[in-house]
Amino acid sequence: MSGQTYRPQSRFMKWFEARLPIVGFVYSDFLNYPTPRNLNYWWAYGGILTFMLVAQIVTGVVLAMHYTPTATAAFDSVEHIMRDVNYGWLLRYLHANGGSMFFLAVYIHMFRGLYYGSYKDPREVLWILGVIIYLLMMATAFMGYVLPWGQMSFWAATVITNLFTAIPLVGKSITQWLWGGYAVDNPTLVRFFSLHYLLPFMIFGVVILHIWALHVPGNNNPAGIDVKSDKDTLPFHPYMTVKDNFALVCFLILFAWLVFYIPNYLGHSDNYIPANPLQTPPHIVPEWYLLPFYAILRAIPHKLLGVIALFASIGVLVFVPWLDTSKVRSARFRPLYKQFFWILVICCIGLGYLGSKPPEGGYVIAARILTAYYFFHFLVILPLLGYVEKPRPLPASITEAVLKPRKA
Amino acid sequence: MRTLNFATLATLATLAFVAATPSLAAETTAKPERQSWSFAGPFGTYDRGQLQRGFKVYREVCSVCHGLKLVAFRSLAEPGGPGFTAAQAKTVAGEFRINDGPNDRGEMFERPGRLSDYIPSPDANEQAARAIYNGALPPDLSVIAKARSYEVGFPGFILDAFKQYQESGVDFVYAYITGYENPPAGVSLPPTQYWNRVFPGHRTAMRPPLQKDQVEYSDGTPQTIEQYSRDVAAFLMWAAEPHLEARKRIGFQVMIFLVVFAGLLYFTKKKIWSKVEGHA
Repeated sequence: MSGQTYRPQSRFMKWFEARLPIVGFVYSDFLNYPTPRNLNYWWAYGGILTFMLVAQIVTGVVLAMHYTPTATAAFDSVEHIMRDVNYGWLLRYLHANGGSMFFLAVYIHMFRGLYYGSYKDPREVLWILGVIIYLLMMATAFMGYVLPWGQMSFWAATVITNLFTAIPLVGKSITQWLWGGYAVDNPTLVRFFSLHYLLPFMIFGVVILHIWALHVPGNNNPAGIDVKSDKDTLPFHPYMTVKDNFALVCFLILFAWLVFYIPNYLGHSDNYIPANPLQTPPHIVPEWYLLPFYAILRAIPHKLLGVIALFASIGVLVFVPWLDTSKVRSARFRPLYKQFFWILVICCIGLGYLGSKPPEGGYVIAARILTAYYFFHFLVILPLLGYVEKPRPLPASITEAVLKPRKA
Repeated sequence: MRTLNFATLATLATLAFVAATPSLAAETTAKPERQSWSFAGPFGTYDRGQLQRGFKVYREVCSVCHGLKLVAFRSLAEPGGPGFTAAQAKTVAGEFRINDGPNDRGEMFERPGRLSDYIPSPDANEQAARAIYNGALPPDLSVIAKARSYEVGFPGFILDAFKQYQESGVDFVYAYITGYENPPAGVSLPPTQYWNRVFPGHRTAMRPPLQKDQVEYSDGTPQTIEQYSRDVAAFLMWAAEPHLEARKRIGFQVMIFLVVFAGLLYFTKKKIWSKVEGHA
């Protein structure tokens, strides 16, 4: 069902296509692009993420037209957007909750990749580009959280920038350079605004590379086996476009629920208190999507080691393609890995819960156990499983996997 | 199913652990009770009469110490608010004195408020306020109904997402104003502090602000502390979220659209994929 290429019919399109073959590119790389016929709905999140990135950029550009990035005016300008700008409340709630939906989608997308072994040969570069996008997303989201200049904004900025003071010798200088002064203040806010506007476009650039790196080997699929013939694939349009769009609209229902009915559910009430450098909130917490990393940071009783663990917890993802020694991609055919995968999911959710709790007593002990397990999963379990586990027999082809599914 | 045994065990272990972890931040303060508000839920709207009464309470009592600087007089007459007429809002604005200037002689001057003005704050600046109130600062109330909350805990906070509970701030405000008590035996308070059952740490610098029959209601509503508190809390919710009604109304339209659209896409998808062997 693939293999046809675009043949321009009219004289103008022949002339144009000879000079810029963009229609042919879109045709063969998007419309007629061969996709495995067995993709399930977990594969819809790539499209959803692209939509969310564009939605965040569009709402963000309009918000920037009304926002004032100065320490004295930022808080009130956000309230000006909420009250006086036409549909400003809608734009802001879309943007603030859009960040959460973006992360929800990216976590599903990443765990999808882990479950079906999408990071394995030949998709290592695709995976690493994804980790880079994720890092950029975290930086962007963190700086966006600072912009309303409420109490949580200010103190989150203080806590996170202070991490850099842990660097030996030059830590303090680096931190002051980041601040643009001797504490988080107006210069910090203005540069965070500038970077918050810049980074999404860098994400966009890496997303293009990510899609490029996807289109070279093609999609992985739930069976985790290679495409063997044209019978194994379907053209992207209309099969995947209609499926992805259905998934996207379902996702938007959840998004709309948040925006229209519980717009402040995921936020912290303290961020409606204007930033006050003289008053520390009782519990400083980041947004929910960063909580697991916050738990890892605070689980380690040493500041520098805590920061190293924090960065290592993301850095370890880069090496997953080589840490996983199994020849089989999909967890469907890996009885042991499948269980360890779900334990990892529970571990990450547990870390997220602990990140929201004060770093005391039992919470710290639990965070230490889960942090240790997180690294144990990637550094010990993944490499060992490839040798220990006996995978179940793979189907001969994707078509066979669809037409003659084995009973679980 | 053997394959999920590990995962099930891990889930149970985690849940057991979470349940067994003692509440270390031993909350001694009481949790605010959830009130029934007209603006809660997917079709919630403000009660105009309640907002008008609440504004009266704010104006005669709260505004002595607390500002409402983000609320413009014009918004009192805007749709989804207390429902004053433009003329009424103009009259209200005119009763406030606004510092303006400099004029063409370079002098600041006072003039009556206009619809385009924002409600003026009682004190010139933070230092002036602290000097009056024994070092305490009465916060501006413009977004107070979203700036206060209380911890719900697991698993209640997950259920709240489905119940659309967004009134933790206004519930806190109501519980706070009505939450004054005598301090427990053995606790002595300086004369500038008061004991409140929901305030974090119990000691608050705000004296009990309301008394029975303090504000006159012309519509026959009972003139009790509870009623005043309920009305002013609702008013502050509107002040913090003036477009709540439009949000919920548009939200319902969006939901209908998305659900219908999703349904159409579902059947389109089924039709298109029906040609493919092995797919429903």
